[in-house]
Amino acid sequence: MKKMSKEKQKKGLVKDMLFLGITLAVAVVLLLMFPEKKELVVSSSKGFFMEMILILPAVMILMGLFAVFVPNDVIVKYLGRSSGIKGIFLAILMGAFPTGPLYVAFPIAATLLKKGARISNIIAFLSAWACIKIPQELVELQFLGLKFMITRVVLTVVFVIVMGIAIEQIVLWSEKTNKHEQTS
Amino acid sequence: MNVTTVFINALAGVCLVFALIKDPAKTKQALKMAVISFFRIFPTVLAIIIIIGLLSGFVPESQISKIVGENAGFRGVLTVALLGAVLHIPSLISFPLAASLLEKGASITSVAVFITTLTMIGMVTLPLEIRILGKKLALLRNGLSFVIAIIIGLIMGAIL
Repeated sequence: MKKMSKEKQKKGLVKDMLFLGITLAVAVVLLLMFPEKKELVVSSSKGFFMEMILILPAVMILMGLFAVFVPNDVIVKYLGRSSGIKGIFLAILMGAFPTGPLYVAFPIAATLLKKGARISNIIAFLSAWACIKIPQELVELQFLGLKFMITRVVLTVVFVIVMGIAIEQIVLWSEKTNKHEQTS
Repeated sequence: MNVTTVFINALAGVCLVFALIKDPAKTKQALKMAVISFFRIFPTVLAIIIIIGLLSGFVPESQISKIVGENAGFRGVLTVALLGAVLHIPSLISFPLAASLLEKGASITSVAVFITTLTMIGMVTLPLEIRILGKKLALLRNGLSFVIAIIIGLIMGAIL
């Protein structure tokens, strides 16, 4: 299993390098064709590069620390038995702490489902994992500003809770109607 | 160096010191992971930064604001929502891209919608999600995320 994911990682890196190569080639060709644009393109890229490189190491360190100090089984332990409003907020918090792409969270969510955690909590957990990660929010703060970041996070939390409850109701309702059909 | 940059680095520094005091071995492991993921994401960061440069050099502002600006209307919002759902770029990198679009005349609504669908919806990972969580949950989650992304964007556009 581990070997496979390593191979997959390698393949991903090759794909990313290819993407970079193509982008670079396109940029070079375009700039050779329109040399008068060079100054604008380079200065704009340089500005964003500087902003990124000044925070990227710090963000990566935070992600590494979260990954090591908040292992997945801790999440399962806390979320498996929590409920109510406290549960849903805990789910969002638990989703916001650890790091990694969303597909890393699917197996955790599946374990939670099996353990009998509420569907609304699982949906909240997945959504928080997807779009309100703490290290990620720091990058959002850097590029889009405090007001944008806070507003988006608050709105996202509100709607993620609504969505979690809605999906839970839909699933419960469809299970109930299924049972009815089977018995009648 | 602006305030945010200093804040982020200070936060990472403080966390690092605490971690070192608590468990040096684990901290070393975390730093190793940080170095690996830094080099892993770097090519994509560079590519997106080149794209941002090209965008500002070759795509006129009028074009950007026509497609995703204030006057693009609901069709513009729908376009970015779909784009965000289909594209598969790390959300970390979506923020500079979003900032450059905002600078060039994109509306707050479309930028917020783009970030939200990009992070919450994964067309590429949907088959995996269906296999692990089941068809019903996966489709409901992705579908409703699309709807709430648009609602979040519209509210943000109205209040910011």
